[in-house]
Amino acid sequence: MPEPKKMSIIVHSGSLDKLYPVLMLASAGGSMDMEVHMFFTFWGLNALKKGGLDNAKLPGVMSLGTGMMKGKIKNVGVPTLPELLEMSRDTENVKIYACSTTMKMMDVKEEELIPEVDDIVGAPFFLELAADTDIQLFI
Amino acid sequence: MSDYKIDVELDCKGMFCPMPIVKLKKTTKTMESGQILKMDATDPGSKKDVPAWARRTGNEILDTVEDGDVLTFIIKVN
Repeated sequence: MPEPKKMSIIVHSGSLDKLYPVLMLASAGGSMDMEVHMFFTFWGLNALKKGGLDNAKLPGVMSLGTGMMKGKIKNVGVPTLPELLEMSRDTENVKIYACSTTMKMMDVKEEELIPEVDDIVGAPFFLELAADTDIQLFI
Repeated sequence: MSDYKIDVELDCKGMFCPMPIVKLKKTTKTMESGQILKMDATDPGSKKDVPAWARRTGNEILDTVEDGDVLTFIIKVN
């Protein structure tokens, strides 16, 4: 068995085009027995609000094409964002952190977050954790 | 390929990344060490993805067969 690898992702965007790669990488990494840590900050925090993943849209003017894009994704059999999150969690290798500063900034209460959130933390906690990971992404 | 005693079969035909790997993880989790899994896939990425998954998770690919668009992997679960 090879030495277990770790991945950290700073999830900065809450738009559909960014959340898909985030959760595809997290579910793949978790399935490969990588320890995955995701820090949802700024617009990324919207993804952790109840219904947030379902309501994610393409950014800017492209948002009008969200339905069409979701259709294309469905046609190739790729799961929805909430399904990908569930699959990621099922691996038991994927941890989810909400940024405490963003919560205050955007006036988001803890009870508004989905139950999958493991902890509410700040940048220092996550940086210490990320410093010890093999793959570090900002999406 | 017929030499292997297959314990579990997994059909991932028509699925694309990351689904085949997610299914592999979910399936092998329920299997015992030493059991043999036969997995079919059609995602062209699987040719490289499944061996990468096996290397990382410590499972062993005993055989790979390509028949048209279908890739079949025989995996010993460790």
